[in-house]
Amino acid sequence: MSTAREKEKARLFTRRSLIMAGGQAALMSVLAGRLYYLQVLQSDEYTMMANENRMNIRLLAPLRGRILDRGGVEIASNRQNYRVVLIREQTKDVSRTLDRLSDLVPVSDSDRARVLKETKRKRGFVPIPVMENLTWEEFSRINVHSPELPGIQLDVGETRHYPYRNLFAHIVGYVGSVSEKDLRNLEPDPLLELPGFRIGKNGIEKYYDLSLRGTAGTSRVEANAYGRVIRELNRQEGSAGDDLELTIDVNLQNYAVERMGEESAAAVILDIHTGDVLSMVSVPSFDPNSFTTGIGIKEWRGLQSNPKHPLSNKAIAGQYPPGSTFKMVVALAALEAGVITPEHRVYCVGHTKLGRHKFHCWKRGGHGKLHLREAIEQSCDVYFYDIAKKVGVDKIAEMANRFGLGEKLDLDLFGEKSGLIPTKSWKQAVRGERWQVGDSFNVGIGQGYVLTTPLQLAVMTARLANGGKAVSPRLVKESKESAPDDVQLDEKSLDMGLSKAALQSVLGGMFDVVNGVKGTARGAKIKTEGWEMAGKSGTAQVRRISKKERLSGVLKSSERPWKDRDHALFVAYAPFNNPRYAVAVIVEHGGSASKVAAPIARDLLEEALRIDPVRKKARDDA
Amino acid sequence: MLRELGGADKTIPLSRKIWDLNWGLVLLICATASVGFLMLYSAAEGNLEPWASRQMIRFAAGLCIMFVVALTDIRIWLRLSYPFYAIALLMLGAVEVMGVIGMGARRWVEIGPIQVQPSEIMKITLVMAIARYFHDISLEDVRRLRWLIPPLILVALPAALVLRQPDLGTTLLLVAGAGIVFFVAGVQWWKFALVIGTAIPSGFFAYQFLHEYQKKRILIFLNPESDPLGAGYHIMQSKIALGSGGVFGKGFVQGTQSHLNYLPEMRTDFIFSMLAEEFGMIGGLILFALYILLLAYGYAIAFRSQNHFGRLLALGLTGVFFLYIFINIAMVMGLVPVVGVPLPLISYGGTSMLTLLISFGLIMSVYVHRDIEMQRKQY
Repeated sequence: MSTAREKEKARLFTRRSLIMAGGQAALMSVLAGRLYYLQVLQSDEYTMMANENRMNIRLLAPLRGRILDRGGVEIASNRQNYRVVLIREQTKDVSRTLDRLSDLVPVSDSDRARVLKETKRKRGFVPIPVMENLTWEEFSRINVHSPELPGIQLDVGETRHYPYRNLFAHIVGYVGSVSEKDLRNLEPDPLLELPGFRIGKNGIEKYYDLSLRGTAGTSRVEANAYGRVIRELNRQEGSAGDDLELTIDVNLQNYAVERMGEESAAAVILDIHTGDVLSMVSVPSFDPNSFTTGIGIKEWRGLQSNPKHPLSNKAIAGQYPPGSTFKMVVALAALEAGVITPEHRVYCVGHTKLGRHKFHCWKRGGHGKLHLREAIEQSCDVYFYDIAKKVGVDKIAEMANRFGLGEKLDLDLFGEKSGLIPTKSWKQAVRGERWQVGDSFNVGIGQGYVLTTPLQLAVMTARLANGGKAVSPRLVKESKESAPDDVQLDEKSLDMGLSKAALQSVLGGMFDVVNGVKGTARGAKIKTEGWEMAGKSGTAQVRRISKKERLSGVLKSSERPWKDRDHALFVAYAPFNNPRYAVAVIVEHGGSASKVAAPIARDLLEEALRIDPVRKKARDDA
Repeated sequence: MLRELGGADKTIPLSRKIWDLNWGLVLLICATASVGFLMLYSAAEGNLEPWASRQMIRFAAGLCIMFVVALTDIRIWLRLSYPFYAIALLMLGAVEVMGVIGMGARRWVEIGPIQVQPSEIMKITLVMAIARYFHDISLEDVRRLRWLIPPLILVALPAALVLRQPDLGTTLLLVAGAGIVFFVAGVQWWKFALVIGTAIPSGFFAYQFLHEYQKKRILIFLNPESDPLGAGYHIMQSKIALGSGGVFGKGFVQGTQSHLNYLPEMRTDFIFSMLAEEFGMIGGLILFALYILLLAYGYAIAFRSQNHFGRLLALGLTGVFFLYIFINIAMVMGLVPVVGVPLPLISYGGTSMLTLLISFGLIMSVYVHRDIEMQRKQY
């Protein structure tokens, strides 16, 4: 053991330590170099990645455009929806919080079960909807008790609201959630992917969905690694959807729906000059509000199984034989073809024979001798068998088409039906049979193959009343600042080329139907001077009357079971001397046209005339 | 000067010892730990609670222990080296038998009310034991192969036990720490070359026996971008935090990566990323400077010591300290695989703080007793 050896040991240690220190210094330099590389050379790239991490773009749903009536009254609006949501991480005991909440508002067992299930699946800060569409009283009650309700939060969203409930269901339609099918079929729009976003599912809401929808805004938010939003960085507002003004008059629609009562019926009221649809009614109806929040199975089944078909818009999708309301078309066809004059006379004995077959007039005893105007007034079937045979079905069909029958009128709605106006070639092509004279007889009184919709009948009446101008119905005002509704449309291009004399005799007949001594609807006069109504009744047979029944005495329509009763139709316009409004009414299984449909038509026209000045004044004042 | 076997009878009065304590080093330790408090304050969104305050209490307690260790005569530490090593080894064995399982590995053992991580204690006691061994043998013996067998066994036993926990990071730290002592004790270069030359092929062989998560870590380390939302997510987010910090940082308590929870383990293993995000490269380099000064103190104390045990102990512990720093920072920068190594004096956690302060206590004890000469034991 020597000190020298110990010194040698120390020297070796020092040498080795210095080498070690050098190595460590080199490694520290590597770290410093790496720090420089990451924080200086690559800083921009990593800064971008850090921003991508924390920034999240969220879509903001635009406010849906309102749907207004012609006077600016809201038919579809956005209502604040008071909601209760639960945030799990803010409460210690979810079920106790729910217990306390149900002391204040009724929380259903199924809602409760759903909330409890969702709290287990979702992150603690995600709000879980508990209840929607609270009343203001419920909302404020919860608000007052909020200190006792940890985890419960109130929020306000926007939901579509139809303040008139069932009044406009068939026109306006409703909105609903975006389905898988919608995603495939619609134009791509990021809004469609937004949870809870609603699009138009029916009616105007669907037809004008794009312009009502508006465009999405965006909000850039800062979110943490778990997706919780920390704060909003900036926001770009979208643009709300455009408001849409309809031609409908809320007051008239309201009146019409009430007037129809419990019937299964439809009515269309038109401005005969502009084609504005002032009212379009199909009853019974439904409440579109049920659809926006998601309709219950029970309610849905109830609507579907109802024999009066509340879901169908009978005004455009119901196809009925027009019955005697078709007689004006037949008469005009014959007059225009020159096969008869207004003075053409036929002797009615109550029936006419065709080979071995007997075609009956509605009046068993017959009408005796009558000319055209009388034939329309009394709705003599035999007269029209005669002239239909004379003019032939193809001429009738041509005239019917000119009046808008047998084709779609392209109203801005879905589900419009075209009806059916038969011709010889149609029968050959579709049924593979030759046209028979008897077929012409049936067409002459609006039966047989003929089918029309209430809208078509209203358009037909309007075209008669305005002196033969082919107005088209419209539901939406052209644009917000466009022409006032009294502006006459270009008369020349719309003129149907009917002779004044022919039209006069037919319209005269329609005047007599209501105002004549023998008129079929003489009980449905408008008594106000200057407002006189002209019209035509029609009965559509639902069931053929058998020979046996005829012999044993035909039961009156009202004595038969509801399902077997005839449809009652009435078309009319007023005032006779200065026509303004046309109406078509059909009451399904209503029985007597003159007793059921005609008074409704009269009341609707009277109401339209009555509120007309009011409407004008309100517009002028505004 | 000739002395009796096993050390001298000379004792230093306590007042003299306290005067001799390395106060500059104490100040540096406090400054570095304060950086940690600052980051933990930021991690709690600008609150002392819950982490910064607790860390301060632990640090204060650790500081007291450090002083006690520093003032204890180095001859006592020399004598206790082997017994301490034996105790630590027994505890490691106990972990194997009755350890607490956490994070998929057994690392903790419960002694009464406290949980102890014996692998942390072993980091110190292994360096002490090997320093003691090389203190005792002659320079000639260091060069003889058979004299290297006992210290290799000293390393192999705890390394095997820790590897079984399994804790690859700590195993490597133990082996590397021991390697440093072997190196400065004067073991020849070619022997290191031989060990490293055989270790690499056997490493590939051992890879086959690694746990799935360990294999995955190594693979992800090689290409973290390949799986950004999977397990490579941590490294990726850490690099984003560092890179987006830039030169001057995002500001105190302003780090988006850390405060929006994108950065994982930001109070423990990834605290450096948070620091570099909020204080930028400037902040990172200031911390480097503090660490380099601490390391320099360690070296200076080792060179100043007149006894071989002191030299080896101070340098060995300084070496382990460096390994902590390097592995942790290289890991968060994506230079080495993610192994659970805390950033010394800064990461939140009681055990590693205590271990480090005891190490510094020992280094200071070497300084305080620098002039005491101890004879080596004759075999």
